[in-house]
Amino acid sequence: MNRILIFGATSAIAAAAARLWVARGARVHLVGRSPAKLEALQQDLQVRAGGGAAAISARSADLDRLADLPALLDEAWAALGGGVDVVLIAQGTLPDQAACEASLDETLAQLHTNGVAVVALCTLLAQRLAPGSALAVITSVAGDRGRQSNYVYGAAKGLVSRFLQGLRNRLAPRDIAVVDIRPGFVDTPMTASIAKKGALWAQPTAVARGIVAAVDRRDDIVYLPAIWRLIMAIITSIPEKIFKKLKL
Amino acid sequence: MKHAKAWGRLPGVGEARQRPWGDRHAALPTEAGPRIAHGLGRSYGDVALNPGGELLMTRGLDRFIHFDRAQGVLRAEAGVSLDEVLALVMPAGWFVAVTPGSRYVSLGGCVANDVHGKNHARAGSFGHHVRAFELLRSDGSRQVCRPGDADGRFEATVGGLGLTGLITWVEIQLIPIRRPWMAVVQRRFASLDAYWDLDESLAAHHDYTVAWVDCLRGGRGLYSAADFAGHDAPQAEPGPGRRRVPLEPPISLVNGLSVSAFNLAYYHLPRPAFSLQPALKYFYPLDGLADWNRIYGRRGFYQYQCVLPRPAMKEASRALFDRIGRAGSGSFLAVFKTFGERPPAGLLSFPRAGATLALDFPNQGAASHRLFAELDAVVREAGGALYPAKDARMSADMFRAGYPALDAFRAHVDPAFSSGFWRRVADEAPSFPQPA
Repeated sequence: MNRILIFGATSAIAAAAARLWVARGARVHLVGRSPAKLEALQQDLQVRAGGGAAAISARSADLDRLADLPALLDEAWAALGGGVDVVLIAQGTLPDQAACEASLDETLAQLHTNGVAVVALCTLLAQRLAPGSALAVITSVAGDRGRQSNYVYGAAKGLVSRFLQGLRNRLAPRDIAVVDIRPGFVDTPMTASIAKKGALWAQPTAVARGIVAAVDRRDDIVYLPAIWRLIMAIITSIPEKIFKKLKL
Repeated sequence: MKHAKAWGRLPGVGEARQRPWGDRHAALPTEAGPRIAHGLGRSYGDVALNPGGELLMTRGLDRFIHFDRAQGVLRAEAGVSLDEVLALVMPAGWFVAVTPGSRYVSLGGCVANDVHGKNHARAGSFGHHVRAFELLRSDGSRQVCRPGDADGRFEATVGGLGLTGLITWVEIQLIPIRRPWMAVVQRRFASLDAYWDLDESLAAHHDYTVAWVDCLRGGRGLYSAADFAGHDAPQAEPGPGRRRVPLEPPISLVNGLSVSAFNLAYYHLPRPAFSLQPALKYFYPLDGLADWNRIYGRRGFYQYQCVLPRPAMKEASRALFDRIGRAGSGSFLAVFKTFGERPPAGLLSFPRAGATLALDFPNQGAASHRLFAELDAVVREAGGALYPAKDARMSADMFRAGYPALDAFRAHVDPAFSSGFWRRVADEAPSFPQPA
């Protein structure tokens, strides 16, 4: 488990996971959107890796552009010496639900970034991954049930979770783990505009530790922190007749 | 809105908007200030608080940029903590040249407060080991500042309390160590005179020196002198354990009786004259107890740290101990050190040739303030100064008296930056609209 490929690498959770893997001596290839943030992360990991020039490579890319994905994977495989042990997909945005309701274009763009683009990436990765490797994808507890407050985001994440379920079923005989990571509220730049943060909010480093452990164990579905498994079990068990009247 | 608190946990400091800050390439917000960087919140008073204004929460600036393992030069973003720095550099045989008593402080905070350690006599302050930093100003300019630059911005920003702009990254020179262990010599002293004698004989031969003084019993105490150990020390360092103060007691656990008992026990505890201690345990004894500031209860506590310049230091320190002893509100940790002669690194740097005394006092309202006023009078008479990083109450007069370069410093203040501290001590109409 030494060659790690990360999409959406500059997200707070992915960057924290990358640090944990680098601390264990992993080689890492980073893909992210902002060149400046990517460079800052690459430098950080390079320092932590002990300065071996080969350890950390990076490529900035807009993962919404599906046509570019095959070339990105070629480059990642080459950078990691021809094979990949772990892929972490952490790309994503937090849509403004009201803006989505007012604009079809915005809704489709959000479904593309958080749903379609991730599914496209998983499809291409499934063609390349070797037995023994692991594909980990950060989805969300929001994908477990549609709620009026953020169902566009939830629908995209739900699409990915259901897709991963099938993919896991297909790849299990080839010993490729498909890990669906469902964080709850995480205190990151993505959620910075949400003012009220209480006891259920987790720190990105804690979520990252959970991800690394889940990949080690080759888990199927993991809620982070684990309390969300219980919370979502309750929320998904509420009959729709009642649920539709709730303001969640 | 979360309430940012300083380490002293004094109530009633007011709220500030908190803006997470994690991208060193980002421009500062364009809305009017006042704003100030807030890192790990280890300053005791209000230098990193900003009631009615905005706090740039810089813990997101937590990336390393470059580490030259051969030369011991590290460049890292300003929100990186000394704890994170040490985890990286100690296994490579390096240590920070100057460290305060907690490693849960940010690099930016170390620069802005020009912090000192137990080796001031040998090494000066933190700012003496800063090779460069980047300063982002509210006019959008970015400037790499180095010591001795013609515009003087380096010297204004070192010890500049975050008022000259936002420090985005810092480059420091580290010191080589052989083993992460300290060889420590400890001696009891029965009086202040005995302290000066010990200091004279031991400080010349050791890198790190500090004393703990029992103010309730006329200035007796423990002197400790230390150096990094050589190859005879163990290779591996035991990981320091961490305990936590689980809750905030409704009233302070620190009172005359507990302090008296603690100081008595601390003084008489059997101690070896010579011992080896893990470096992290030696430098950061209180970091082993997370949230230790909670023991002072809901009303929080004040730290009173002053420096007494060399000509008056012996007489003035005796006067301070007399007054504290008479007030009967002693302190768990009366830390006494002698600063060396090295000229200060920054315009508003606190360390200067002389002696420094640091004491924690539970917040007892008016009684505390009466004692502080008495102590202030002694410090002023001696030509000394109070330490802004520890302060929550000094007057504008007291600040001006202790920091003669204040007017030269003003020219470097970024107009969009301010703090609760600055509005209190800089007796000049603030240059931004005051919140109602």
